[in-house]
Amino acid sequence: MKDFIIPWDDKDMGTPARTGKPVHLTIDGIAVTVPTGTSVMRAAAEAGIAVPRLCATDSVEAFGSCRLCVVEIEGRRGTPASCTTPVQDGMTVRTQSSRVKKIRRGVMELYVSDHPLDCLTCSANGDCELQDMAGMVGLRDMRYTPGHNHFDPSGTGARSQSEARLRMPVGEANPRYSPKDLSNPYFTYDPAKCIVCSRCVRACEEVQGTFALTIEGRGFDSRVSAGGAADDFLTSDCVSCGACVQACPTATLQENSVAELGTPDRSVVTTCAYCGVGCSFKAELNGDELVRMVPWKHGKANRGHSCVKGRFAYGYASHPDRILKPMIRARIEDPWREVDWDEALGFAAARLTAIRQQHGRKALGVITSSRCTNEETFLVQKLTRAVFLNNNTDTCARVCHSPTGYGLGKTFGTSAGTQDFDSVEQVDVALVIGANPTDGHPVFASRLKKRLRQGAKLIVIDPRRIDLVKSAHVSAAHHLPLTPGTNVAVISALAHVIVTEALYDEAFIRERCDWDEFIAFADFVSDKRHAPESTALLTGVNAQALREAARLYATGGNAAIYYGLGVTEHSQGSTTVMALANLAMMTGNIGRAGVGVNPLRGQNNVQGSCDMGSFPHELPGYRHVKGPEVREIFEKAWRVPIDPEPGLRIPNMLDAAVEGTFKALYCQGEDILQSDPDTRHVAAGLKAMDCVIVHDLFLNETANYAHVFLPGSSFLEKNGTFTNAERRINRVRKVMAPKNGYEDWEVTQMLANAMGAGWAYTDPGQIMAEIGATTPSFAGVTYDRLDELGSIQWPCNADHPEGTPLMHVDGFVRGKGRFIVTEYVATDERTGPRFPLLLTTGRILSQYNVGAQTRRTENVVWHDQDVLELHPHDAENRGLNDGDWVRLASRTGETTLRVRVTDRVSPGVVYTTFHHPDTQANVVTTDFSDWATNCPEYKVTAVQVSPSNGPSDWQEDYSAQAVQARRILPAAE
Amino acid sequence: MRHSDPTADDITTLIETQMHLEGPLLPIFHAIQDACGFVPESALPLIAGRLNLTVAEVHGVMSFYHDFRKTPAGKLVVRICRAEACQSMGGSALSAAVLDKLGLDWGDTTADGAVTVEAVYCLGLCACAPAAMVGDTLIARANVPRLERAMEGAA
Repeated sequence: MKDFIIPWDDKDMGTPARTGKPVHLTIDGIAVTVPTGTSVMRAAAEAGIAVPRLCATDSVEAFGSCRLCVVEIEGRRGTPASCTTPVQDGMTVRTQSSRVKKIRRGVMELYVSDHPLDCLTCSANGDCELQDMAGMVGLRDMRYTPGHNHFDPSGTGARSQSEARLRMPVGEANPRYSPKDLSNPYFTYDPAKCIVCSRCVRACEEVQGTFALTIEGRGFDSRVSAGGAADDFLTSDCVSCGACVQACPTATLQENSVAELGTPDRSVVTTCAYCGVGCSFKAELNGDELVRMVPWKHGKANRGHSCVKGRFAYGYASHPDRILKPMIRARIEDPWREVDWDEALGFAAARLTAIRQQHGRKALGVITSSRCTNEETFLVQKLTRAVFLNNNTDTCARVCHSPTGYGLGKTFGTSAGTQDFDSVEQVDVALVIGANPTDGHPVFASRLKKRLRQGAKLIVIDPRRIDLVKSAHVSAAHHLPLTPGTNVAVISALAHVIVTEALYDEAFIRERCDWDEFIAFADFVSDKRHAPESTALLTGVNAQALREAARLYATGGNAAIYYGLGVTEHSQGSTTVMALANLAMMTGNIGRAGVGVNPLRGQNNVQGSCDMGSFPHELPGYRHVKGPEVREIFEKAWRVPIDPEPGLRIPNMLDAAVEGTFKALYCQGEDILQSDPDTRHVAAGLKAMDCVIVHDLFLNETANYAHVFLPGSSFLEKNGTFTNAERRINRVRKVMAPKNGYEDWEVTQMLANAMGAGWAYTDPGQIMAEIGATTPSFAGVTYDRLDELGSIQWPCNADHPEGTPLMHVDGFVRGKGRFIVTEYVATDERTGPRFPLLLTTGRILSQYNVGAQTRRTENVVWHDQDVLELHPHDAENRGLNDGDWVRLASRTGETTLRVRVTDRVSPGVVYTTFHHPDTQANVVTTDFSDWATNCPEYKVTAVQVSPSNGPSDWQEDYSAQAVQARRILPAAE
Repeated sequence: MRHSDPTADDITTLIETQMHLEGPLLPIFHAIQDACGFVPESALPLIAGRLNLTVAEVHGVMSFYHDFRKTPAGKLVVRICRAEACQSMGGSALSAAVLDKLGLDWGDTTADGAVTVEAVYCLGLCACAPAAMVGDTLIARANVPRLERAMEGAA
């Protein structure tokens, strides 16, 4: 196993960095030059001088409360705090005069007078800034006799908590002592150790933007409080992002894992495997035991922040449900049989070969995973193209962002977002449509909220009142609660206002786009039928509010569009993406920081899996298989003929399976049974196949229909790269050896070789080299470059040797930006007397996608079942109360779940999540899909909701089948 | 002063009376306490929602000020100064005697809800210490009999 410990400096500089003109000063005789606005503390840190401090840390603004960082400045009176004093030209600073040293010792002595002396048994031992500072200031005595304090439960004058227990084994005689708050499953709050530096409160406010913490009381009574007087961490607004734990200088807020396992002694920088934000983390370890995940402050996507999933929800990797041995069975009705790798691969290869002989090469296919690395995805699509000799490859992006690829490809020329996440710091108007960033992309949401608190304006277009519409210190200028399925009508109405009120940027359009095309588009959209007043009845959006939102977007400065699956997962998903691109082009909001069209990608590597040629019609780098010059590149590299015909998409594979022409599927790291629409149809398709190979961490729902199960490795156990929503290629580094024995790319290679492929990769770096050699936008990407630069945003090639943070800066990739006419066409899914409500689906913060990972962590304390949100008006009509069991039925199927009555949804709209397999929200969703890309219309289903007293027939049949299908016979010894 | 649990509508109405102000949080606390005698816990989410703050923030501000009550006080509130000048003039003995007589600790209310005794730090009457306050009446050169008379008078 290769240890990779990153050399970059993680030193805490005390206060945040500034940009500005250089200022020259001298600190302890050392000349230093820093930008204007930098604190004296940070300037000292730049000069290699550490000024003692407790309340300052570089993730939050200086606060000036601990008084430990005092210094002397020539020509100034007193001893200013270095954290709150900005540098000035010619300043001469002394950090170690006898005067400041005496002050620091006195301050430190006061701090320690109300802090237990349990250091040796404290969970922060070795990782405690209070301890470090006591050492640094040379504290040698503690003259205060034990009196009022917060740490001694016995009230007997004990100096440590262990001593207090000895003196008074029962009872708590000190009214100021409060016990630990153990309510959060991942960390503990111990008020007895708090020094009231407010770092946690400030991190919650400034970094996370949740404002769940405060200091309650005053003076000696001050303590950190989560929520109100009656709250604990779990009942408060806390979202468990862990920023407070990271900021805490003592053991007051400490990860339970550290308390249990001890302080880590080494770290490996890697990338989170949850959402498309792609946060960089330091995996901190003892040996190969993971102690904690700490967001890495040099990570360019997350800038040192994380959410509850990335920081804490990694326990699934060692969950007892995880399958570590290969398994096979002749028929899906049989129990699983554990076998060794050779037997499993031999069995799979024999079946695949037999199917190819009997049904032809096109009866086989693969599904690549958006959770696996680029290298692994590349190999899976290579398996079908170079070994099965067809193009039957698809990926879960089919069901999420395929319209993004299509729509942005047609209008701008690249199938990816235009900006980096740093760009949000320069946004003046953010338009969020069909996305719920605080739940789906929490770290991005924190960065957006920070910008909103600085004064940027927000427009939200969503059927639901998502948290961004109104939450502490954030409120949207406009919320347009549209009827699900009317995205195109709403965006066309926005364009109508911009065109008819002449708010467009003519200079930009003339220079960067085709003016005649714009005129044609303007003619189309100026038609009265697109006016907000005309569409209001259809969309449910107030015309005046829409007009004001359009004016704000067009004239409010840098305007950026952020969107999610609420845009793509519609029958007009691709049209909506193009309509958004039109908005950005006509207002000139493309090609610089703070603007752009930004898809928020769902999964960690959904961008990468698309880039790697997972689609049946495209070879890596979005090049159509029909192009002979593209095929030639791969034919030369792989020495096989490439099929010039596009292969089957997932829904086509399933249809073909039901028809009997598609027989074998290798599905890596995706649970199509749970995540794809119309569950019954998926089940029927899988059941009709002769060889389903599931390669996953768990016996997922799809595996109930599988013949071969190949155990997968978690992101902690492999090397590779993930590409996030900003096209940023981040390294994934192996933290521990794979528990199943092999990294996923090795398993794919073994399967290919069992079929005679003769692949000989020994390191994923070799796969990246092959990607770079065959795919122009990755030409400059190598592991050495990634280690050097930290991360790279593609395209990275001779023209952009360090990658491309912003796209379309000097011109669109396709040449001229293209305006495409976007006619609204209503979906075929309509409400009617039997199904009068519209169901839309989404997700929540603590769970992720189908929940295979997060359901196997403590995150279930926040969300242990899917619930249906229903407006009070609709609830009353149906005689339903909060918490009732309801039957949710559509034309496709029905399920049951509990109802939550809330006015977050509009009357006529219901909402649920799809995290739990026993709910199976996708039993209800239809098989309507995007006209261009087949992306399913998850976001609009006509449903009826009625009282129920138990699970639906489907749920009962399904769970019986699942129990049956998951039986495992132990391997013969 | 009305010592009853206000409804959500009462609280909302009181909040609205202060919304024209810049930084209305403290005035809202005052308005509620003036009207109800205390600021009930149930008011915090309403205030937070109206001002787009979190309950934590509202709680943090309210708990900083000792004068805002979480529970109703007794019918009569007696405040005895514990600041330096009054202490040097026998304030400690005075307060000990009063608390002892009523069987209370600082901040407590008699079982019949008649009297609450609270500490106060300086009433601005240092020149005629020790000082106290019975209801809204300031008492200079306070002693036990004078306080008792004032309390009887107020009751």
